[in-house]
Order: sequence, then C-alpha cells, then structure tokens
Amino acid sequence: MPGIKQAAKQVYDWFERRLQLEGPVKDAVLHKVPRNTASWWYVFGSAAFTLLMLQIVTGILLALVYVPSAAEAWNSLNVLNHQIPLGWFLRAVHAWGSNFMVAVVFIHMAQVFLFGAYKFPRELTWTVGVFLLLATLGMAFTGQVLRFDQDAYWGLGIGVFILSRVPWAGGALVHLLLGGPVIAGETLSRFFALHVFVIPGTLLFLALVHVWMVLKLGINEWPMPGRLVRKETYIAEYNKLAHEDGIPFVPGAFWKDLIFSAAVMAAVGVCAAVFGPSGPGGQPDPSIIQTVPKPDFPFLWIYAVLSYLPPSMETPFILIAPILMIAGLLAVPFVAGEGEKSWHRRPVAVLALSMVAVSWAVFTHLAMSTPWSPHMSAWSGDTLPVEYLREATPLVRQGAVIFQAKQCRNCHSVGGHGGERGPALDAVATRMTPDQMRYKVVTGGGNMPAYGKNLSPPEIEALVSFLETLHPKNEPPAFDPSQQSAQSSPAAPTGSDSP
Amino acid sequence: MSDVSGSTNQQSPGPDLPAASEQAIDRENPAVVSRRWLLLKAGVALNGLVGLALAVPVVRYLLTPVRKDSAYKSWISLGPADQFPVGETRLISYKNPWTRPWDGATDNVACYVRREGAAQFTVFAINCAHLGCPVRWFPQSQLFMCPCHGGVYYADGSRASGPPERGLFTYDYKIAGGQLQIDAGQMPSLSNSAKLVTIASPAANGAKDGDCPCRG
Repeated sequence: MPGIKQAAKQVYDWFERRLQLEGPVKDAVLHKVPRNTASWWYVFGSAAFTLLMLQIVTGILLALVYVPSAAEAWNSLNVLNHQIPLGWFLRAVHAWGSNFMVAVVFIHMAQVFLFGAYKFPRELTWTVGVFLLLATLGMAFTGQVLRFDQDAYWGLGIGVFILSRVPWAGGALVHLLLGGPVIAGETLSRFFALHVFVIPGTLLFLALVHVWMVLKLGINEWPMPGRLVRKETYIAEYNKLAHEDGIPFVPGAFWKDLIFSAAVMAAVGVCAAVFGPSGPGGQPDPSIIQTVPKPDFPFLWIYAVLSYLPPSMETPFILIAPILMIAGLLAVPFVAGEGEKSWHRRPVAVLALSMVAVSWAVFTHLAMSTPWSPHMSAWSGDTLPVEYLREATPLVRQGAVIFQAKQCRNCHSVGGHGGERGPALDAVATRMTPDQMRYKVVTGGGNMPAYGKNLSPPEIEALVSFLETLHPKNEPPAFDPSQQSAQSSPAAPTGSDSP
Repeated sequence: MSDVSGSTNQQSPGPDLPAASEQAIDRENPAVVSRRWLLLKAGVALNGLVGLALAVPVVRYLLTPVRKDSAYKSWISLGPADQFPVGETRLISYKNPWTRPWDGATDNVACYVRREGAAQFTVFAINCAHLGCPVRWFPQSQLFMCPCHGGVYYADGSRASGPPERGLFTYDYKIAGGQLQIDAGQMPSLSNSAKLVTIASPAANGAKDGDCPCRG
C-alpha cells in the first residue's frame, strides 16, 4: 500500500510540476469568507453553474443524434423519443434542466438584489450577471427553436413580427434572423449555431468571469441593518470581517453548495423521469394551420403582456420596454452602489422585487389559460346545458343554433364552456335589454366584431330571443323603463324593434 | 507562484554573465527599447490590418440574407382561377419560391383566396398582422380569428377586434392563362412591402358598408 501511495504522489508531483495549479486552487478553496455567508441563501449561484454543466453535457449527448436540418430535425427528435433507448430521458433532462436553470438564475438574481450584493465593489459582477441572465434566456429561446415543431415555427414568426417593428432596419433584421425571406432550412441552421456555439461559448466565458470576480472580491457579507457601504472604507471593513470572523470557503460554506446542487440535479432527474420530454409537438409544416402556438414557460409572461396591450401601444412597447428593462437592470449598481444593504432598510427594493414577482406570476398564470384567445372549436364542440333549452320556443332554439353556428361560442362561454375573450353569457339578459343586445350584435364594439353584415335580420331576432332567456330563475331580465312606460301609454308605437 | 520547487531552478540554465550584462545594457538603451515597442506596434497594426481584411468577407457572408424584397419575391401560380368559387374564401397552400433542398415541409406556405367577382380576388397572407400566428377562416360568421392573442378580422381582411393595428396582409395577384398568380416569396411582416398593399374594399360584397363600424 505505501508503494502505491508513493507512486500516486509521484504521478501527482509530475503533473503539478508542469501545471502548477496547486497554489491558485488552494488560494481559491481556502480563502476566508465571512462566517454567516455559509448560508443556504448563498447556494443559488453554484447551482446555476452546476445546471449549466448539466446542460452542456446533455446537450452534447443530444447532438449525437439530433439533425440540425429543417427537413429532418423533427424526425430526429421523434427517433430520440421513441427509438433510442432512454433518448426520451436525455431530452427530458435537457428540457427540465433548462427550466430549472432559468428559474435558479432568476432566484439567484432576486437573492443578490435583496441582499444588496450588487453594491460596491461588486457592480461589474452584477453587470456580467445581467448578461448571463440574457444569455440564459437566449439559450431557452434558441432551444425552443431547435425543437422545430409548430410552436417553434410560429414562435419564430412572433420573433419576426417583433423585429419587423424596428424602424428602418426591421426588414434587414428579419432577414438576418431567418437567414432568408421565410422560416426555413437556413433559419434552423443559424439557430443551431447560436444555441450550440455562440451563446454557450459566451455563457461559459461570462460565467467564469463572474466566478473569478466572486473569488477576487470575496462573497458578499450577510447584510446587517445599519452597516452601510462606503467606497472609502468598505474594502478594509470587509477584509476585517472575513479575517476576524471568517472561515475557509471549503469546507465551511462549500458543503451547502454541494448538497443543494445535488438536490437540484436530483429534482431535474425526477421531473424528467416523471413528466418526460417536452414535445416535439406537431410537425413544422406551415400549411397545417390548426395549431395554437405557445411559447415555453420562461416566455409565457411576454405572450400574456402582448395580448393585453392596446393596438396603439404595441410597437412602442415592444421596442422600448426591453431596452428600458435591460438598462434598468444594468443601472441598479450604479444608481445604488453605496449605502444600506439589508432588506430591512430597503423598502423600495423589496416592494419593487415583490411587484415584479407578482406581475410575473400573474401574467404567466394568465398565459397558461389564455383567456384572450377564442376557443377555435367551441362552436362545434361545446354543448349547451339542457336546462337552457327546456321549454324553449322554436325561435329560441333557432337562436341557440345561430349562437353556436356563428361562432359566438368561440369567445363567449355558456354553462362554463366556451371562449373567455368576451363575457360569459349565462346571465346576459340581466345586464342588457333586447335592444341593447341587438345593437351590440349588429355594431360590435370594444373587442367584439360587428355582425351586422353576417347575420340576417331574422337571424338576429332569433339570436336575441335566445339571449333574452339567459338569466337565473330568481333574477328578472333587464328592461328599459322608458320603453315600458311608452308602451303603456295609448300613443305608443308597437312592434318597432328593428335595429 | 511562491512554491516553485527547487529542482526547477536547478534544471533552468545557469546565469550566463555575458548575456546578462548584454541584457542590462539593452534595458538601459532607450533606442533599443523604443525599437522593440515600435516592432510591437507594427505587429499589432499588421494583425489589425489582416483582421480587417478578413472581416470584410466575413461581414459580407453574414449579410447574405439581407436583400431587397423584390429579390425574394416572384409570381407563383395558385392553380386555375376557376377553382375558387365567387363569394367564397378558400385556404390554399403553395411552395415558397425561395427554397433549399433541406427545407422540408417549411416550404409550404398557406394563404386565403377570396374571390369577389369574375376577375376580382383578394389573396390574404395566413399571418395575423399582430404577431404572425396563422389565422383561421370561419365561413359561417365570415370572420378570421387568430388563436394566439385573439385578433379578429372581417371577410375583407379589415380589423374587427383584438390587438392587431391593421388588417390582414394581402398579396398582389394577376390572372395569367387562366391561372391565379400571386407575388409572394417572403414572410409578410410589418417591415416589408406587405404594408404598402392596401386592403381591397369589398365592393362586390359590401352592400351595407355603413352598417359595419369597423372600430379601432
């Protein structure tokens, strides 16, 4: 045994004499960090790095089979899913690794923001971190494109329409994005290059710069209320803290990083095994238009925001908001580079973060149910509740048929089924008089198209007769008091209800 | 690195007195030093020059897809004009003229043909004018609906409701030898020539234009 040990030591020495890594590695590993930074709050950065490594490894493994060609990509993904043993699992690990990486990067950023870790002298660490976030999102988007299914195709279309709004250069930018005039072979090839070479290279380089700065500047100390950051004194204060009340990074803090990284990877593996890979969905044939495209999880909130913007705001918002958002993130350490770090004394920061988090959650939740989209098959597929038509007159039944056949149901739900673009109509008769309904149907308005040209007067009459019956039994329908009093007076005209 | 082993020092060539003194002289001689700096600058400049020379073709290569719209577009036949009944809107697809052998099914482009009269057509792009999703035609209600963000258009392509700022994109068309041809080849978007094409007014069908307050 001693012989083997000695031989191993000799081999080690042989390499060490040439590599000379022991010194810098020892410096990095044993550098002192403030004692209370050995916290479970400080594990997200290392977890993000671990996930990046996982994505690189699984990405390389997928590239062994994936064909980056518009004609074959979709087929090769199906081969991975169904024919190659555990190909589905690798796809699932890569997809879930991506979801986890985006989530962990955002959590890491929120934690850093909340702990004031971007303040002097770590401004550049934050700046590089912002670009790391953008690169991570870039990986998520280009990865969605490589899944080259219907969602990928039409998601790219959305990208085209966003870029095409750029004044003057829009057309050229679209051509550069697509590699041609339409989404086709060259589009997938360039997104492959971006996803596999350009962005990962940038990501890895920036991540190393980021970690380098964390090592050189020291990990952010635990923020204490009243301990202010001042450029003149901070470095000395930090060094004092790290040396007087510090512990070596390894093993003092690093064991928590290790355990959390392992837990995150285990979670990725479990999600992959339980929920499986993501797609591919329908094949990317743009002549198949029976599709409801949706972006991947990290971009759902954008999808929701874009549906709520008024038309006049679309272009200004799409072009200006991203610039403002990125500029705002980059400006954070330069606007608030000194002062209080503790969240106990930074109410605006806490409120801002909470607002962003809540908005993000609300928009993402909305994008999962897409209440703004017509349900394309509601008119032909959803049934009317039986009680709505019990004892109905032929005219009312005719109206119900028109309600279905003219796709009203695609936007208006009845009995809990149908679109949510317009209001549910189960109690519409309590809100609108027949005249108001007629007017609304004929002229539309707001988000409702005008049906004046598409419905004949008898059809409108039948439809309104049906709508008039839609009210709870214990709630009377709306009525027009002026009309009632006019009808009760002797001079009242009768039966003039045409629009 | 402070812990360079002693053996490394032993292996390195011993100090050579004449060479060392020569170096000392060089270091003190401003002429020699400035000559080295000049050579370094020359090296940097040479690399810059070569880099620039190589960058020009690289940029040209990268900009290959940027062309005028007319370079991508050409007249494509959608088949005999007679296959489209007057007063109806039909979904049809064509092969994009700009193709590569590895495009697969992405070459297929769908569009809607609406025939308003014997020789009067409107050919709509499939893409919603909001963010390009494929709109669906509902002949019963005479509406185009978009599944993404709920844009709705009337039969003549004008905007009915939802987020789009404008009506559907249309292709220029002509009838040649009984064939309906459209000038296509590029994904319509807000930045290309599609925006110059005005929506055809529904003269054949529009008996009650005044009844339709196409709001927005």
